[in-house]
Amino acid sequence: MNSSLFLSQLLNGLQLGVLLFLLSSGLTLIFGIMNFINLAHGSLYMVGAFIGAATYNASGSFLFSVAAAMASAAIVGALIEHLVARPLYRYDHLYQVLATFGLMMFFNELAIVIWGNRPYFVEIPQFIRGAVTIFGAPYPVYRLLIIAIGIVVAFGAWFLIQRTRFGMLTRAGATSSAMVSVLGVNIDLLKKALFMLGAALSGLAGTLAGPILSVQSGMGDPVLILALVVIVVGGIGSIRGALFAAIVIAIIDTLGRAYLPFLLGLVLPPSAANTTGNAVASMLIYILMAFVLAFRPHGIMVSAKR
Amino acid sequence: MFRVKSVIWIAALFFVLACIPFVAHALDEPFYVTFFARVLVYALAACALNVVLGLAGLVSFGHAMFIGLGCYTVGILSYYGIDNGWIQLLVCIAACVVVGVLVGTVCLRTSGIGFIMITLAFSQMLYFLMISLTEFGGDDGLNIYAPSDFGFFQLDGSSEVYWAAWALLLALAVFLLRFRVSPFGMVLRATHINPRRVDAFGYSVFGVQLASYVMSGVITGIAGFLLANLTAFASPSYIAWHVSGELIVMVVIGGIGAVTGPIVGALAFLVMEDVLKGWTSHWMLIMGPIIVLIALLGRNQFAWLKACLKRPAPSAGPARPIASSSVAGESL
Repeated sequence: MNSSLFLSQLLNGLQLGVLLFLLSSGLTLIFGIMNFINLAHGSLYMVGAFIGAATYNASGSFLFSVAAAMASAAIVGALIEHLVARPLYRYDHLYQVLATFGLMMFFNELAIVIWGNRPYFVEIPQFIRGAVTIFGAPYPVYRLLIIAIGIVVAFGAWFLIQRTRFGMLTRAGATSSAMVSVLGVNIDLLKKALFMLGAALSGLAGTLAGPILSVQSGMGDPVLILALVVIVVGGIGSIRGALFAAIVIAIIDTLGRAYLPFLLGLVLPPSAANTTGNAVASMLIYILMAFVLAFRPHGIMVSAKR
Repeated sequence: MFRVKSVIWIAALFFVLACIPFVAHALDEPFYVTFFARVLVYALAACALNVVLGLAGLVSFGHAMFIGLGCYTVGILSYYGIDNGWIQLLVCIAACVVVGVLVGTVCLRTSGIGFIMITLAFSQMLYFLMISLTEFGGDDGLNIYAPSDFGFFQLDGSSEVYWAAWALLLALAVFLLRFRVSPFGMVLRATHINPRRVDAFGYSVFGVQLASYVMSGVITGIAGFLLANLTAFASPSYIAWHVSGELIVMVVIGGIGAVTGPIVGALAFLVMEDVLKGWTSHWMLIMGPIIVLIALLGRNQFAWLKACLKRPAPSAGPARPIASSSVAGESL
């Protein structure tokens, strides 16, 4: 194992972490203020990926496709919020899980009806297609761009939550939404805006992931579950926790898959090492989650909610 | 302690279920035996889920994990040539107890939404583990060539599995009828309504919840054991999180906390799925919105199927629907 390979694996991990952060920040915000668990968040990711890919293939403009993906995810998010989430805010999580589970089935099937069963192909735009050399190893520009966007979004989210009136109301709403409402703030509108913001971020993650993962029905499911692990580890409701946990989990996952079979090969015969290595690598983040919960049941960053 | 109405209702339900194989043979449609055997197996799992979901109020979104454990015990043991049903059953129960205790201990450190996500994550962990174990078929699943052999009884056909599942389900229903009002069942239901008070009474909330989780896991594992014999196949798709979601849907359709609810729910869900599948290959496009509707209506303690079949459900307060449904009929 050489250091440039290690570096590029580390960057791959970082890039996955950014995608996870985009997804889990929305999820954790929606949970933090509305006490709502949205399994259809993975569907919004899929909507973003499909709309982004379709508009890019039709128009050839990368920026337009990103905007279209975010806008469509936000619109679908607003629809979900209005029709399904809003009536269920006050009720048991069981019904929220059930309703969004049904939505997820619906969207996965809808994608098959519209785009078919096979992965939908989309290319990386021409102007960001090459690779740059970092410390002697070539690394794709597009993946670096994803990391950069993630940093910008993380900073933007911090600014929005900590420095603006909207963020102040959001934080207040997470503590006591009844009180905010009594003080004359339209809390329903705030909730809708927040839901749409989370949906747009999820759509952004989807459209960015489009060219490097396969765009197909059900693509949101595995990512959603990773995002759930992220918000549990990071502390439900905490954006800072989500950022930290997303990066840590993605890097552990990526490095585990790349190096565990190799590391186990030092002590086990090759075939056994390969099997065990792959098996353990696929379980690694869940084991990490179990450990975090065993010692810090509310996640590594305690959220405002608890 | 048995209420006459519940006993009559259960007797009628199981009598109808017992007639199905004979009707299927008379109609010369053996497919229906397989189909209803599947219904009974899922009903068994849904009843088990109802113990944690309905009585303890713990929303486990990872019960497919136990189905997978049951399936793969049969699969892996028969892969190594052990087709003795008693040994398989024993290993299945032991595996479910061990995994149930470990997973339950971690999961029960959280509550509410955290519990939902963590049970889901653990079942995904088993899912990915089975996919990565290429020795046991990996992604493609594992064919089971020898059915479980119980000496006097072999699970080698749909009707054998059907009767085994029927008998187990009947035993479980009678047991649960008693269990709900047993001291342990009462404490379990109380932990959902007011854990602090249960704690003050000197019971260990964690212990009671863990015991119910493990018990539910073992029964679900046995359902998985039957499923593996029914399909002669163990596949990661049995552990996929959709299965956990479908089990929850079955419990909610039938009415949470009611003993026969999950059986009716499993029947309704699988029949609905089968009808829609016969209609269009995009059946999920219709099933998805139906599930959404069930969730939107179900929050009002609207056990709508039960209401269709019997009388309108007594309406308690709209908030905290699980709590109100699990105490319906009795007071503590």
